[in-house]
Formats: sequence, C-alpha cells, structure tokens
Amino acid sequence: MTRLHPGRIATLLTALVALFLLMPLIAVVPVSFTSRRYLSLPDGKYSLRHYQALWEDPEWLGSFLTSLQVGAIASLLAVALAAAFCIGIWMLRPRFSGLMTGFVLLPMVAPPVVSSLTLYFFLKKLTEWNSLIAYDSLGGVILAHMVMIVPYAVVVVMVSLSQLDRRMDLAAQSMGASVPTRVFGVILPNIRFGLLGAFFLCFLLSWDEIGVTLFVTSVETITLPRRMWMGLRDNVDPSIAALSVLLILVVTVLVVLRAAILMRREKQAR
Amino acid sequence: MRAYLFLICPVLLFLGGSYLLPFLGIMQLSFTDPEPGLGQYSHVLTDPLTLSVIWRTLRICVIVTAVSVAAAYVITLLWVRGRPLVRSLTELCIMIPFWISVLSRAFGWMSMLSNRGLLNSWLKDLGLIETSLQMTRNEFAVIIGMSHYLIPFAVFPLATAMRNVDERVLTAADGMGASRLRIFWQVFLPMTASGVIGATLLVFVFSVGFFVTPALLGGGQSVLIAELIYLWIFQIPQWGMAAAMSVILMLAVGGILVLLMRRYGEMAK
Repeated sequence: MTRLHPGRIATLLTALVALFLLMPLIAVVPVSFTSRRYLSLPDGKYSLRHYQALWEDPEWLGSFLTSLQVGAIASLLAVALAAAFCIGIWMLRPRFSGLMTGFVLLPMVAPPVVSSLTLYFFLKKLTEWNSLIAYDSLGGVILAHMVMIVPYAVVVVMVSLSQLDRRMDLAAQSMGASVPTRVFGVILPNIRFGLLGAFFLCFLLSWDEIGVTLFVTSVETITLPRRMWMGLRDNVDPSIAALSVLLILVVTVLVVLRAAILMRREKQAR
Repeated sequence: MRAYLFLICPVLLFLGGSYLLPFLGIMQLSFTDPEPGLGQYSHVLTDPLTLSVIWRTLRICVIVTAVSVAAAYVITLLWVRGRPLVRSLTELCIMIPFWISVLSRAFGWMSMLSNRGLLNSWLKDLGLIETSLQMTRNEFAVIIGMSHYLIPFAVFPLATAMRNVDERVLTAADGMGASRLRIFWQVFLPMTASGVIGATLLVFVFSVGFFVTPALLGGGQSVLIAELIYLWIFQIPQWGMAAAMSVILMLAVGGILVLLMRRYGEMAK
C-alpha cells in the first residue's frame, strides 16, 4: 500500500511559494556588495565597504553590545520569573491557575502596538520618579523586553514541567524535603533543558524585538534592530544589507545544522 | 503555603504593575484626554481620515490573510505529505525565513522591489520595461511584505491538522476509484478545514496590529492602524485618540481570540 504523495501541480505551486519565501533573502546579497552609498545593485564594481563599515563604525558595534546586554539580562530575569511561577503552579495546583496563566500570557496575544503604547506610557511615568528604569534607558528597555518575553518563557517551562514525573516530587516530599529543597534539588535539575530552551527563545525574541523598542527608546539606548530601523527609515543605508547577509547566514547555518542533526538521529534510531 | 506564594506572585506583581496597571491608565486616557467623555471614540469612529485608515487596514489584512493561508496550505501539503527529500527542503524554506528578523525581511523586499532593485533590473534586462516600475511605497509592497512575514505562522496550525488526517480514509477513497483531484476536494480539504480556520484567525489577528513591515514598505503612503497610533504619539500628539484606538484594537483582537479558543475547545472535546 503506497502513501498518496502530492502531485505535480502541488509540487509546482510549492516551488513558487518557496521561491517567494526565499526571494527577499537572496535579493539582499547583491545589494550588500554595491560600491555606492545608497540602495543599488553593483554595476560591475563589487565592494566590501559596507561590511567594513559594520566592523569599523563604533555605532554599529555599540548597538551590537547593547542588544547582547539587553537580551542576556532580560532573558535571564524573564526565565527566573517564569520558572518560579510555573513551578509554583505545578506544585500547588491552586484554584484559578488557568486564569493566572491566561493573565501571564496576555502580552503575547495582545496586538504588539497596544503593548508598545502601554509600555511607553508606563516608562514615561517612571521617568518622573527615577532615571534607572526610565524611558530611553537600558533599564527601561530591559523591563519592556521582559514584559514581552515572559509569556514565551512560561509556555516553554510549562511544557517541560508537564513531562516531569510528579511521583519524583512526591517522593522527595514524603521524605520530608522542604519546598526550597524540592525546587532546587529535584525540580530545577530535571527541567534544566527546558530552562535553557526558554532562555534561548527569549534571547532570540529580545534580539529581534523592534515594535516595543521603537516606542520606548529614542537616542540614548539604541539596540541593533533599532539602529537598522533608523537606517531603513531615513536614507536606506546598504550597511543594513551587509548586516542582513550576515544574520541570514547565521540563521541558515543554524537551521540546516539542526535539520542535519535531527536527520542523523532519525537514521540512528532505525 | 507561603513558600508557594513566593514562587507564584513575583511574575503576577511584575506584569500587574508594568502591564495591567498602565493599560488601565491607557483606558482612562481614552475617556479623559483631551476632554472627559466618549468624544475620542466617536471621533475615531466618525472622522473620515481615521475611518479610511481602518478600512484600508481591514482590506489589506483580509487580502494578506487569504494569500498567506493559501500559500501556506500548498507548502504545508508538501512539508507534511511529500517524499523525505522534498520534506526536508520545504522545511528549510519555511524555517529559514521564519527565524530571520522582520527588519531584514522587509529590507529584502525593498532590495527586490525598489526602483534600483533586483526585479526592475531583471525586467529591464529582459526588455519587458523601459522605465522602472514603482513597486515600493504602496499597498502592493505592504501586502507582499506582510504575507511573506505571516506564511510561516499559518503553516503550523495547518501542519497539525494535516498530520491528524487518517491515512486510511484517503486510501479508502483511492481504493473506491476516486480521482486524485476528487480525493483532495471532497476528502482531504474538508478534513483539514479546522486547520484552515485556525490559521485564518491567527494570521488575521497578527496582521491587524502589525507595524514594522507596513511602515517600511508602505513608506507613509499606506498608513495602517498601528502606524496611525504611532503617528498619534510621536508626530501629532493626541494621546486620547491613540488610547481609544488601542482599546478598540484590543477588543477586536480579544473577540477573535475568544472565537479561536471556542473553536479549539470544541475540537478537543
């Protein structure tokens, strides 16, 4: 008995869709090698000046470091908050746990522009009280990113807890382990891969975040996407093509690597 | 008991303080700024300029949703049901764009479609056009860019639905002599209808509040709701209007999400 495979028409249509999906990723490559200072195709003269600009311009480097910092701190704090919440819900199974989880997931489902406006409003108010966590400050961006990524951390940690055997925790409890011992000695070590996955996802989301960042920063704290936005909005700067090519390369390598690892595992399993 | 509260409460307090409370502040603004009452709402819903933005947003989102779900259906079909090699290739075509920054993708479309871009230079080389076609800074570019962003999101609910199709039903249809086309239209498509509805609602919700791609590819020529809110904050400060529009947007999206959950709740039963 053979499985019904899609026919020629479906294959042709898919090829068109695949072309559509890959087209803009391919289009940035020639633009990044242009020798001119505006968005154009290289006419015979190829140049690496835009790659050089990325490397030599302290502004790009500064934004790169800002993004790294924001991503690392916001993800770490978001995963800590999310893990505590999920473990608490998992251990206690309180009433209204569905409602509480729904509330925590709110920033993920609300339209991004509404979240952006809300956080802008909040940080503007905070600016009247302090300068550490304020509009257009590192602390402010970190807080805004935390709000946006905490729901994703909660989802990943919840999934990883749902695969944990409850009897393990019950055994520890019956032998008189306190709540901190159960959390740090039993539960956390068993969901470490989930926590790691949550951290990576959060970091990636923060690294790419632009909608909210656009509202809560202006000239002082400029993350990498924010600087790209500035280069796109005013005169289109081909340095962004060079940066995009580098980012696309990194993503492609990671995705292909992951696919290759999965395929190898499948083969070994057979 | 207290130990558990120390675990659960921090994130609730954090989001309560930095998300829920400010959102209530926004709601308050929508009724009070610049003057108390429902003036902001009635302005948003009657002002011809604002209404034209709302209509444009709805029109573009409907087109984008249709394009994205149709394209995603085709590519998911091969991702789920193709031969192993085809499956791996389509997976790469879905996953690579999915993980790439929205800015790089918008910029990619700028490089593709702009006056000095790749497409215009190809068309000129082929001798099909003399002068460059204007393909950015208009609704066409916005629709292309948004669809490109949203196709991978439509793929996931569709893939779930297609994986749940019982192979034996298809084999039975095949065994009773149905043509391939008929198997697709009368058996496979109805069996994946839940995935199509899920993908449609999901993509529509995402597209309505979309900001970055329309702002970049529309070039100020086709302003959507999200960009209008941005303009109301940073260009012509009108907090009350921005707040009222946000509340309306939140309610609309909330309504669609409730529909979505009901739908999936019924399916789970």
